[in-house]
Amino acid sequence: MNWNSIFQQAISQAFGLNAVVFAMATIGLNVHFGYTGLLNFGHIGFVAMGGYGVGMAITTFGLNPYLGLLVGIIYALLFALILGVPTLRLRGDYLAIVTIAASEVFRIVVRSTTLAPLTGGNTGITAFAAPFYELNPFTERLYSFGPFFYTGPNLFMITIGWPLVILVTLGIWQLMRSPWGRVVKAIREDEDAARALGKNAYWYKLQSLMLGGAIGGLAGILLAIGNSTVQPDYFVPVQTFFLWAALILGGVGRIWSPIVGSMLFWALLTITDGVMRGLQSTGAIPSWLMDGPQVGQVRFMLVGLGLALLMVYRPQGIFGSRQEMMLDAR
Amino acid sequence: MGHQVNNSVAQPKAQSPSGAVMVLFCLAAIWLAPLPGLAQEGEQGARVRVLANDAEADERVPIEGVRVLVLDRDQTIVGEGVTDAEGTVEIAVSVPSVYRVEIDVATIPEGISLRDPEDIAREVNVQAGRFAQAVFQLVVGEGGGGGPVAGGISLRRVLQLSTEGVKLGLFLAMAAIGLSLIFGTTGLVNFAHAELVTWGMLVAYFFNVLGFSGLFGETAPWILGNGVDFFTSTLLAMVLGGALGWAADAGIFAPLRRRGTGLIAQMVVTIGLGILIRYIFLYVFGGTGRFFRSYPGQQTIRLGLVEVTPKDLFAMGVAILALVGVGMILQLTRVGRAMRAVSDNRDLAASSGIDVQRVIRWVWVAGAALAALGGVLLGQSDVIRWDVGSNVLLLMFAGVTLGGLGTAYGALVGCLLVGLGIQLSTLFVASELRSVGALLLMAVILLIRPQGILGRRVRIG
Repeated sequence: MNWNSIFQQAISQAFGLNAVVFAMATIGLNVHFGYTGLLNFGHIGFVAMGGYGVGMAITTFGLNPYLGLLVGIIYALLFALILGVPTLRLRGDYLAIVTIAASEVFRIVVRSTTLAPLTGGNTGITAFAAPFYELNPFTERLYSFGPFFYTGPNLFMITIGWPLVILVTLGIWQLMRSPWGRVVKAIREDEDAARALGKNAYWYKLQSLMLGGAIGGLAGILLAIGNSTVQPDYFVPVQTFFLWAALILGGVGRIWSPIVGSMLFWALLTITDGVMRGLQSTGAIPSWLMDGPQVGQVRFMLVGLGLALLMVYRPQGIFGSRQEMMLDAR
Repeated sequence: MGHQVNNSVAQPKAQSPSGAVMVLFCLAAIWLAPLPGLAQEGEQGARVRVLANDAEADERVPIEGVRVLVLDRDQTIVGEGVTDAEGTVEIAVSVPSVYRVEIDVATIPEGISLRDPEDIAREVNVQAGRFAQAVFQLVVGEGGGGGPVAGGISLRRVLQLSTEGVKLGLFLAMAAIGLSLIFGTTGLVNFAHAELVTWGMLVAYFFNVLGFSGLFGETAPWILGNGVDFFTSTLLAMVLGGALGWAADAGIFAPLRRRGTGLIAQMVVTIGLGILIRYIFLYVFGGTGRFFRSYPGQQTIRLGLVEVTPKDLFAMGVAILALVGVGMILQLTRVGRAMRAVSDNRDLAASSGIDVQRVIRWVWVAGAALAALGGVLLGQSDVIRWDVGSNVLLLMFAGVTLGGLGTAYGALVGCLLVGLGIQLSTLFVASELRSVGALLLMAVILLIRPQGILGRRVRIG
């Protein structure tokens, strides 16, 4: 087994496009769950909104590409509004069910043949990213430096994405130190107490849902442009729980945990994939036990198992503290 | 590398190592599809014949130029073609599975009409390397029977869809009662309940089709060697389903409750376990849809205006019996009363001497056994697949929320509504969008009556 190449891939993935998208999306999820205590189980729906917003704006409506970016954010904000208004008055587990259902409804609707003229049906939307890549200075096909190994377009998105992630992180850091952030955290700790102090908890929760949703939409925009396509079947519910796994890995309610959690998540996935494929090629795992496609399935099993074990044994993740984050709805 | 990793996440259902290859393969299949006679070794698909009965000449004539569509289980078109001079078209598909073959009514030549205006589709089970047959019989001249107008809202169509809706609703209710009861007694929203449903259908499939010889080879010395009849396998599925429920509570959730793990943390645990188990199913069972050995492809019988297969009729009877049984147990027996008491007010139940942990254990066992039965019923009426449970999970949630979280009877009412809503909505929207209506209905109900139809306001907190 070639450990060198496995680690090289793992490091590339930890800084790669997937990790950027995950980090951005997870910041939004952290605003929802980590700071406000909202159980959002349909976060991938916000990501989808961002991706479809920019894709549809450019291909279907023929808008200016930069206006398209704005449309992506607006889609995510509207989604948050539609979701939040009816459900935020209810208890947390209702929000969980409704968000996961809403993200599925969106996926089913955009992949339907009925809406295919608008949304591209089950093949999704392509051919909208070209205007952005006109700015791409990395024109060669492949770039490799040190352990890193990226395609030109990927490297372009990474160099835009990571500073953006850090910028958003710093913004959230400042926001959570502000009075607004303290109210939101108070709602997470004890909604009734916050309400008794005269705060309109519903309104703050709605604002938080929209803020986190817009950040999720931004992640969707990065994903769509980075892959030059949006495909409906990327946005399946299990992706939401991949985001949750990354968030909990980093530590819920901590400012840097989305970034660290996402990088670690992708590095770990890449390492386990590489190890399994390596064991296969050396014959240590016989082919009757595991064939090529099954490696991908084992990855899902590991994420599921990891999520359950983390939740039981280390719910605070790497950075979190138990005092700050009692994962319970009371 | 980045793209490869990304793709295998993007297409969790894909069987090939790279999602990109899958997509290309599908595209290739669509390109090849309109060219009949291209069927080669290793390809699979549907071979569709369109014939018309000429009553006067007493012969069948092939119909040329009819467009035929192949749809997957998400109602997405995966292939299409036009019949040739023989009235035949072969449409290749990339993945063996169950498909729906539809003829495009608009392309039927003049002078030819459908015998039954709603009979425009067939389900075909495409196996690897084979072409599944489907035949459409039309008539020369006007369609027989003088039935209602095609497509529109007719009494007959409404009744037929209502029957299908009640069927789906009963099966969903069967599967979802455990979900509601577990929530009622523990406050836990069990996302892994979907996997209890799938477990039931897979276990029944195992005993019905493979038996132990499928596991240990032909020399398996057990009485269940080569597969047993459908009823025995259903019973075994319920027993093993209950056993899994028992194990889940005894092994995982009772210890978590003892540790004082919060409900939301427990909920995330069920999500993680659900993903783990679902992909173990995929790993072991594979991605193809399968069927029970007993009663495949039954002919429908006609009851008044409605057509239904005998096995579905029987399954609906079983579901009603089981639901009545559950109701009687809840109303009349000691353990049933205890379940309702714990569900009503846990502390009060505990202080009046009920062993709450034992009651919860029973709820898990019974709920899981019923979920297994629901899985078997869903599997026999449609298809057995590794992800059937997770595909109906949101519908179960919708039903349970509609009826009122935590109430057993609410689950029944809500699921019937969801089933009816899903089937009847196809009167107005494309059938690929039919579950959307049910989920939107749930959102609307939450808006105006958040506690559900039978729920009480106090549960919302």
